[in-house]
Amino acid sequence: MKILVCISKTPDTTAKIAFSDNNTKFAEAGVQWIINPYDEWYALVRAIELKEADPSTVLHLVNVGGADSEPIIRKALALGGDEAIRVNSDNADSFNIASQIAAIAKDGAYDLIFTGKETIDYNGSSIGGMVAELLDLPYISHAVKFDLEGGKAVVVREIEGGEETDKAALPLVVSCQKGMAEQRIPNMKGIMGARTKPLKVTEPVAAETLTAVASFDLPPAKAGVKLVPADNPEELVRLLHEEARVI
Amino acid sequence: MSTTTSTTANLLKGGEWLIKESSAFDTYTPEDFNEEQKMVKEMCLQFLNSEVLPVIDRIDKMEEGLMPSLMVKAGEQGLLGASIPEELNGLGKDFITSTLVNEGLGGGYSFSVAVAAHTGIGTLPILYFGTEEQKQKYIPKLATGEWKGAYGLTEPNSGSDALGAKSTAVLSEDGKHYILNGQKCWITNGGFADVYTVFAKVDGDKFTGFIVERGFEGFTQGPEEHKMGIKGSSTVQLYFQDCKVPVENLLGEVGKGHIIAFNILNIGRLKLCAAALGGAKMALTTTVEYANTREQFKTAIANFGAIKHKLAEGAIRIWVGESALYRTSKWIDDKEVELQAAGKPFNEALLGAAEEFAIECAILKVDGSEVLDFIVDEGVQIHGGNGFSDEYMISRAYRDSRINRIYEGTNEINRLLTVDMMLKRAMKGKLDLMGPAMKVSKELMSIPDFGSEDEGAFAAELKTIVNMKKAILMTAGAAVQKLMMSLSNEQEILMNIADMAIQVFHAESALLRVMKLAYKGEEAVSIQIDIMRCYLNDAVDKVNKAGKEAINAFADGDEQRMMLLGLKRFTKAAPFNSKDARRRIADKLIAENKYFL
Ligand SMILES: Cc1cc2nc3c(=O)[nH]c(=O)nc-3n(C[C@H](O)[C@H](O)[C@H](O)COP(=O)(O)OP(=O)(O)OC[C@H]3O[C@@H](n4cnc5c(N)ncnc54)[C@H](O)[C@@H]3O)c2cc1C
Repeated sequence: MKILVCISKTPDTTAKIAFSDNNTKFAEAGVQWIINPYDEWYALVRAIELKEADPSTVLHLVNVGGADSEPIIRKALALGGDEAIRVNSDNADSFNIASQIAAIAKDGAYDLIFTGKETIDYNGSSIGGMVAELLDLPYISHAVKFDLEGGKAVVVREIEGGEETDKAALPLVVSCQKGMAEQRIPNMKGIMGARTKPLKVTEPVAAETLTAVASFDLPPAKAGVKLVPADNPEELVRLLHEEARVI
Repeated sequence: MSTTTSTTANLLKGGEWLIKESSAFDTYTPEDFNEEQKMVKEMCLQFLNSEVLPVIDRIDKMEEGLMPSLMVKAGEQGLLGASIPEELNGLGKDFITSTLVNEGLGGGYSFSVAVAAHTGIGTLPILYFGTEEQKQKYIPKLATGEWKGAYGLTEPNSGSDALGAKSTAVLSEDGKHYILNGQKCWITNGGFADVYTVFAKVDGDKFTGFIVERGFEGFTQGPEEHKMGIKGSSTVQLYFQDCKVPVENLLGEVGKGHIIAFNILNIGRLKLCAAALGGAKMALTTTVEYANTREQFKTAIANFGAIKHKLAEGAIRIWVGESALYRTSKWIDDKEVELQAAGKPFNEALLGAAEEFAIECAILKVDGSEVLDFIVDEGVQIHGGNGFSDEYMISRAYRDSRINRIYEGTNEINRLLTVDMMLKRAMKGKLDLMGPAMKVSKELMSIPDFGSEDEGAFAAELKTIVNMKKAILMTAGAAVQKLMMSLSNEQEILMNIADMAIQVFHAESALLRVMKLAYKGEEAVSIQIDIMRCYLNDAVDKVNKAGKEAINAFADGDEQRMMLLGLKRFTKAAPFNSKDARRRIADKLIAENKYFL
């Protein structure tokens, strides 16, 4: 069994968000980078669990990013995985990134490809589906549970108001979210081992770039909270009706 | 053990920074941590946030079994074995990495104390002084946390005067056991530890170490102490009533217990500094967050200058303390490599390295504990009434901080040791203080050098450091000459000299760190430069005050006048607007909403 986990670098959740170059670029100065939590806590940790259950499993990580992604790749390797591949590209277009991952996946003939359900910065939710399409593989999104039974995948995914259980043959692409696994902290041995695990760098394949960011905008500043005394429900109704216009 | 192979040719000897110039290039700084070390530190913080801080109230209520189970978890993470060789179940990491673990866990309140005691005084005596059999028996289990360690040195009548212990040990008639009698007090982890290093006097006069296991006949413990802080840390008395300790549990040699006790303390002092700074960073962040959210007079209190001053001062002291801590840690690391290369076994190499820098370890202990105390005190202040409430973490931080100035040698003892060790080294010819001191006194007689301003980056600051060192050499040199043997009775003067040394060692460490960073361009490191200048600006005044106090205490007439003039010259500094500099530092803290450096 060969598993490929897609690892993306995202700003820390507490990072201050600002833009440069006429609001077309994210201002990266001073930003703390982390592994996209959906990739780390759910996709990677579940893949590590599968490897723990079957030690013959080969677990590779792939990142499409510049050299500044390497600290987070090493962190992922400290958690687990046998080796990592970085495709040296800072293209932010989903189709281009998916094309790079698909090229790596094709070369490696993986049985399973895990992605996070989305990255916490661009929230695109599109890589998993695109990779599956490019490889002509089945795709299951928003998985909350993943198991292997008799060589087949049994995947539970979240749907509106409930859950759906799918069965699929491998190879397969799965995007993962909360529920798949519990967050882990790398231990000292893992951190020490990460240094000697292979981190291969490859150049991107030729692929189209279909989108470009025209501009970013910050959400409008939140208006202050209005406190309505508990003994004045009429005022609350008036405000909801006249000012907020929601009733 | 270390993976670094830096040139040791430039390695200063302990205390030599006082008489020699250091190169910024050769100075190790926190900016030099490698990727792995950064990951280790981050992992420690993650461990605190996910495993420790959510249950900190339960820890402080001493919930049965909770602390030992967290220590086992820490063991699984590899946090207990950083400085233990791999063949003994440890991870064999270098000294800097293991120091980073202490710093990383430093914000863990009582948990931090339990782990530091276990990995330090609980484990190291056996690791460094144990026989092969003793190491094989105890260390692998201590490395994983399966067994917990503690250390029994203090007794009701011997604290600072540790060698005044009254506990005794007598060899049994059949020669198979030492029979221990006596009492130990204030023993951290004592309530649940499995293995204790205990000191007693063989035949009533030969101070000696023993490894005592829970369950040995005649060994019992008292109830938990009710403490002002670190309430979740187990602290008990130990009683030995004809306690039978097998002869193979003798640690080191009979009559050589003091070598164990003192050497272990050197390392413990540096590690205490690391933990204190880790705690200080967390407390400062808590305080900045509070100052940013609490509003009075229709604005966040962080916007008030009085508050900004406190926030900035906290960051200044942390950053400078950290500069001195890792500068010293690298010296110890390098020395360890050098001694091992020279054929010393692993334990002797690290002990030798720590002993070489015992002066710096004492300095770090004093400063680290006082930095933390300053920050939690002002932290409570900035929290106002809420700071006085148990509901707020800063209140716990305040209570838990206080012990650091007391254990691992009180800060008075460490100040005295700082000067005492310097003078002893000078007597032994290991540290040439007299030569440079004479030169300074000659300089006093000559016409002051009003020479042209030095060129180059940070030339003025470098000169200030050189001058402050002269102030120390002048004051200490004259005090030694004048008071000779009676100097040890003039503790006030020794305290003054120690304070001067602490200030200068830290100021120089900060300056070297800034100079090493300067390649990034002044703008990129403007906050660090502000920090260094604020510290230096204060250091000059503190050195002046301490020097004046000392000189006035032992000199008179012409000598006094000349030395006071010299002191004034050596502590002269250009006017500096520290208010604006502190505002810039504080504004950045406020914008980042945390200690960010
Ligand atoms: C919570 C806690 C945990 C501890 N954990 C341990 C442990 O695990 N193992 C262990 O062995 N010990 C432990 N200790 C003991 C600790 O190391 C001692 O309390 C400390 O060394 C001070 O000793 P003392 O309390 O007897 O104070 P004293 O020695 O009586 O000191 C009282 C005061 O006199 C000053 N003083 C003493 N001698 C001099 C001098 N020569 N010159 C100037 N001033 C002097 C001191 O600085 C201090 O201000 C712990 C203590 C506490 C409170």
